[in-house]
Amino acid sequence: MSDVILEVRDLVKHFPIRKGVLFKKTVGQIKAVDGVSLDLHKGETLGIVGESGCGKSTLAKLLMNLEQPTAGSIRYQGRDVLKLSAAEQRKLRRNIQLVMQDPYTSLNPRMTVGDIIGEPFEIHTDAAPKGDRRRKVQELLDVVGLNPEHINRYPHQFSGGQRQRIGIARALALRPEIIVCDEPVSALDVSIQAQVMNLLDGLQRDFNLSYIFIAHDLSVVRHIADRVGVMYLGKMVELGTDDEIYDTPTHPYTQALLSAVPVPDPTARQHKTVIRLEGDVPSPANPPSGCRFRTRCWKAQEICATTPPLLQISAKSPHPSACHFAEIRDVVHAG
Amino acid sequence: MTDIKVNTAPVLGTDGKAGQHLLEVENLHVEFRTRDGVAKVINGVSYHVDAGETLAVLGESGSGKSVTAQTIMGILDTPPGFVTGGAIRFRGKDLLTMPKDERRLVRGEGISMVFQDALSALNPVFTVGFQIAELFRKRRGMSRADGRKRAIELLDQVKIPAAATRINDYPHQFSGGMRQRVMIAMSLALDPEILIADEPTTALDVTVQAQIMDLLAEIRRERNMGMILITHDLGVVADVADRIAVMYAGRIVEQADVHSLYAKPCHPYTMALLDSLPRLDLKGQELNTIKGLPPNLLRIPSGCAFHPRCRMARDICSAERPALIQLGDRASACHFAEELVGRE
Repeated sequence: MSDVILEVRDLVKHFPIRKGVLFKKTVGQIKAVDGVSLDLHKGETLGIVGESGCGKSTLAKLLMNLEQPTAGSIRYQGRDVLKLSAAEQRKLRRNIQLVMQDPYTSLNPRMTVGDIIGEPFEIHTDAAPKGDRRRKVQELLDVVGLNPEHINRYPHQFSGGQRQRIGIARALALRPEIIVCDEPVSALDVSIQAQVMNLLDGLQRDFNLSYIFIAHDLSVVRHIADRVGVMYLGKMVELGTDDEIYDTPTHPYTQALLSAVPVPDPTARQHKTVIRLEGDVPSPANPPSGCRFRTRCWKAQEICATTPPLLQISAKSPHPSACHFAEIRDVVHAG
Repeated sequence: MTDIKVNTAPVLGTDGKAGQHLLEVENLHVEFRTRDGVAKVINGVSYHVDAGETLAVLGESGSGKSVTAQTIMGILDTPPGFVTGGAIRFRGKDLLTMPKDERRLVRGEGISMVFQDALSALNPVFTVGFQIAELFRKRRGMSRADGRKRAIELLDQVKIPAAATRINDYPHQFSGGMRQRVMIAMSLALDPEILIADEPTTALDVTVQAQIMDLLAEIRRERNMGMILITHDLGVVADVADRIAVMYAGRIVEQADVHSLYAKPCHPYTMALLDSLPRLDLKGQELNTIKGLPPNLLRIPSGCAFHPRCRMARDICSAERPALIQLGDRASACHFAEELVGRE
């Protein structure tokens, strides 16, 4: 593929758990993200899937520099983002933007759409001269498929899908290279989801954007992503192209996840591999030793409790998979 | 529910002709009287469920699928919601005209409901054991100890590990999936004949969703219950439903058994909905979309409510409302339904 523009190495974020009123003691750590590495190439979409609590949203915040990582590095175009001065960080930030999940709470209800989309220009004043801003905002509205005349309206006058378009316009304002989309369509109705996904697809082509697309809906990710990373309890367990992940998954968790997705085809009922995991995801405050998935895994052996498996290519897994017993198993097309 | 205005036939006895189905919703109308005007949320919905079958009610937000369920259960907020017509017959008796006390007995024993958000549906200040045992004490006149014993049995049935100790826990001490199991246990307590599950897995992760749907299917089979599954997820429906009713703007636009619906949808809305799903073989291509927005219920479009978004719309669609017509074993509310059924 083309050049790497974002390089994440061994990223760790632990949140302290504190107890006590006056003398707060740290009694533990929530290991939200625990050693995640990934590369993002120019113009590609990297999908991140996983269930709640797997750390995918914390990862988004870390990439946006909204949270300070406990350890690890994020390199953007070869420069370590975390070691830059505040002024340099601010400059750099305009190149990485975020689209949030909930279009109802991520837009300030007291600001007009024009103010919301134009706010990035207030901060980065060199991006657009003052007199030019209104025109720029209207252009952006047009780009995301909203009526430029609605610039003076408030968020409540728009529907969910339209509001998500406003959030996308805001993210586009500074012409970023990377957009981190954190569950951008999961709050929307099915008929509206497709509209927003088409919009994201078109924008990627027009502006040569790179996306990190975080979602729990595997079919949505498959549609939009070039490569997919699967997360479980703060770790990346499998990483590969979309075909590798969906057609030849090698990690037991990915296989279970794919088999659990309901397929909108009633004839698939009879001949579908069903892997039912037992129990819930363990708490990230106290993750299992060794492989974190072992408590729910049907392949678990002694080694799984003692040695954490590395995310690597092995004899039976042609793409990186963090399992001692990684092996291809097609669960989607099983006959 | 004192201000119910019912304008249909008088109450039928248990031996009335309508007693053929276990639960029958007939021509139900519900409106919400809001400050901005009257929102016609349900405009003539009819469906029925029998013992042992699963009816899925499919629709997007605002389609009226949940309000129908709330009206069946008699938990519609009044005001602003008012039932303005229709009947809901359970074992042939109209729930809407029934005295309050009698209706209360139907809830829980006849029909019960599992809600989407278990955390807000459970009372945070009582243990789950107390909340389940309460049903047995109030409705079965059991002692505290007996109620507790039955509650443990129920938690066991919904596969909560170590039920005997977990019974003393509060709702917040359970995970999302476990909480939903508690809700299911509670809804099963009085052995209902019909279970309404309103988006029971929407708030859950996929692996947990699969567990819960399996559990519901198993319980339905064991007890030969009727189930109404309300959802917007086309995947979940394909997995568990026997029959499907698709709702749009407070009406049923298509009704069919699950296989015919997915194989050959016969209403443009259902067709477009299935078309808009991301599909493997169409990767990289643009998704088919449904243009426009779901209708504002304060101003439902004239004629067919779907016509402003419909690819097939012609003049007649904005002028005349299509009725839900029966075509063999399926029904569709479209002026061109016959053409659609006849197509290859």
